[in-house]
Amino acid sequence: MTQQGLATAPLESARPPRERGLVGTVVNSAWPVAVGLTVAAMMHVMLPTTIGPFYTRIVIDSGIAIILAVSLNIVNGMTGQFSLGHAAFLALGGYTAGMITFYGSLLLWNSPAKQGGFLGSGEWLFAFACLMGGIVATLAGYVVGLPSLRLRGDYLAIVTLGFGEILRVILQQTRPVIDSVEKLKNAGAAQLWPPPVGGAVGFNGLPKYTNLFWVYAFATFMLVVAFRLKRSSLGRAMISVREDEFAAQAMGVNVARIKVLAFMIAAFFAGLAGGLYAHESGLIMSPRDAGFQRSLDYVLMTVLGGRGSISGVMLAAIILTVMPEALRDFDQYRLIVYALLLIGMMLLRPQGLFGIHEVWDWRPRWRSRAATTRSMPAKGGRPNA
Amino acid sequence: MSLLVVDNLSVFYGAIEALRGVSLHVEQGEVVTLIGANGAGKSTTLRTISGLLPPKTGTIRFDGQTIHNWQPHRIVKSGLVQAPEGRKIFANLTVDENLQLGAFLRTDRTAIRADRDRALELFPRVRERLNQQAGTLSGGEQQMLAIARALVARPKLLMLDEPSLGLAPQLVRTIFQVIREINLAGTTILLVEQNANMALQVAHRAYVIEVGRIRMEGPAAELAASDEVRKAYLGAH
Ligand SMILES: Nc1ncnc2c1ncn2[C@@H]1O[C@H](COP(=O)(O)OP(=O)(O)OP(=O)(O)O)[C@@H](O)[C@H]1O
Ligand SMILES: [Mg+2]
Repeated sequence: MTQQGLATAPLESARPPRERGLVGTVVNSAWPVAVGLTVAAMMHVMLPTTIGPFYTRIVIDSGIAIILAVSLNIVNGMTGQFSLGHAAFLALGGYTAGMITFYGSLLLWNSPAKQGGFLGSGEWLFAFACLMGGIVATLAGYVVGLPSLRLRGDYLAIVTLGFGEILRVILQQTRPVIDSVEKLKNAGAAQLWPPPVGGAVGFNGLPKYTNLFWVYAFATFMLVVAFRLKRSSLGRAMISVREDEFAAQAMGVNVARIKVLAFMIAAFFAGLAGGLYAHESGLIMSPRDAGFQRSLDYVLMTVLGGRGSISGVMLAAIILTVMPEALRDFDQYRLIVYALLLIGMMLLRPQGLFGIHEVWDWRPRWRSRAATTRSMPAKGGRPNA
Repeated sequence: MSLLVVDNLSVFYGAIEALRGVSLHVEQGEVVTLIGANGAGKSTTLRTISGLLPPKTGTIRFDGQTIHNWQPHRIVKSGLVQAPEGRKIFANLTVDENLQLGAFLRTDRTAIRADRDRALELFPRVRERLNQQAGTLSGGEQQMLAIARALVARPKLLMLDEPSLGLAPQLVRTIFQVIREINLAGTTILLVEQNANMALQVAHRAYVIEVGRIRMEGPAAELAASDEVRKAYLGAH
């Protein structure tokens, strides 16, 4: 046996394992992050003046949709749990971030209006608020992930859906926004609890910080994490849970931990995106955003894109953001179109546009076959054994 | 000291008592086989040892530690690994990724590579298909992959649940040959089989299980020669 071990060594077949520990991961992630940030900054500087506010807004919406859909795909696609409550994390993050920027600005600058310019103090408060939104959503993700340990398929879907609806109703019961420092200082418990985030009319008056730079900076962050995850041992463990929980356990995968972790990671990015969404100009974050309708939009994107395909889901997120804008006159038919799209997809390509492949996997098919051939031992048998 | 000691194990599925006081032990370096008819409780025994089912009564000791209330992943980490019945490979991952999942709990990269290469050396047909999607392998190849994947976990005790299930006779011989090689390389094996004939040839000792109880035990050669086993499990008249 040791002999065989020695004999195998010179073969050193196939591709080497990809991951190289934490340091390697950070180093390998550095250049995509740098590229992403550069692109985001360039978009921010150049796009609005060239394509105008209407299209800029669509590009921003697409970026936010990408973050939400790709993060949802970590739960629904990679780990194989069916969540119908992603919008709840969006709302939780949005409201949290909104409270921080709104009341933070009031206390810091005596006014909830925007402070400073590009990358000015106000924007940093906003970025911090988005991260906090992500963190609060992560905690909720932990709580919502727990039922996934005992429930499967439809039942889990119903629980997650219920979470969104409950949050929606709770948000409707919140207090009106307090819009001046004096009122805030004199406010009693009755005005402060439930939190003053606007109730049914929505969280009005937030400083509208969201711009192309921050959206695509955070989208870069999300995408780097998603691609890293897919190639990592943790990502493989998630996929193994999707494929066969029993076998995953037999390999030593802590299935419970993996499921909850998937929910938490997805919730973090949804919360982050919620921060972006709440501060987007022309929008008012309202309790409705936590509900089923919005969750369904993101589920649709993951279904359309393919359960394991990050690029496929990105593409679907863009398509499903642009399409309603293009078909604005037919808005009342939107749900019909979506339903038809879903049914057609289930019939024609149940695995989604790209299944588990990335967009670029389609091109070099022959190449991977060549790699397989190369990995074979020269003459089939054991050399010098 | 025995590597694995199972003592008086009883396991229920709801009201059904699948194991009724099963006791067995596996010594370091042995191949022990557990044979029995359909529904006798073989898989249940392995699942319980792996921590996937809670025993109602009884104890399981492995490598000097009491493990019957441990989580499955902790048991795998301690070196007790099973290749489950029915292959259970991850169909949408590549063969290589399946193997990497075998090493999920390990961090010693160079040793993992060595074990992976050794496992592939045992199964050249798996090596030829490293980048292929595992679901596209033939049944026999999937079984080989399932064993190779379990080996990459570097088990002290490897439990195989019906590795010969549904394989052509030629391939069955290959699989049993490999089981012997794995054992000669130092891995202790607990082998669950329907194919009593082959199992008794490769094993040192054997247990016969019938409706949740151990009926017979002893050196494999002795059991293979006994009338009772020959009639019930080896198809003799
Ligand atoms: N999940 C389950 N729920 C209820 N009963 C079960 C379950 N799994 C197994 N059983 C029952 O427990 C008994 C033992 O089953 P087990 O799978 O251990 O048999 P086995 O010896 O592995 O059989 P085979 O050779 O057919 O695989 C059987 O009567 C079976 O019906
Ligand atoms: Mg069985």
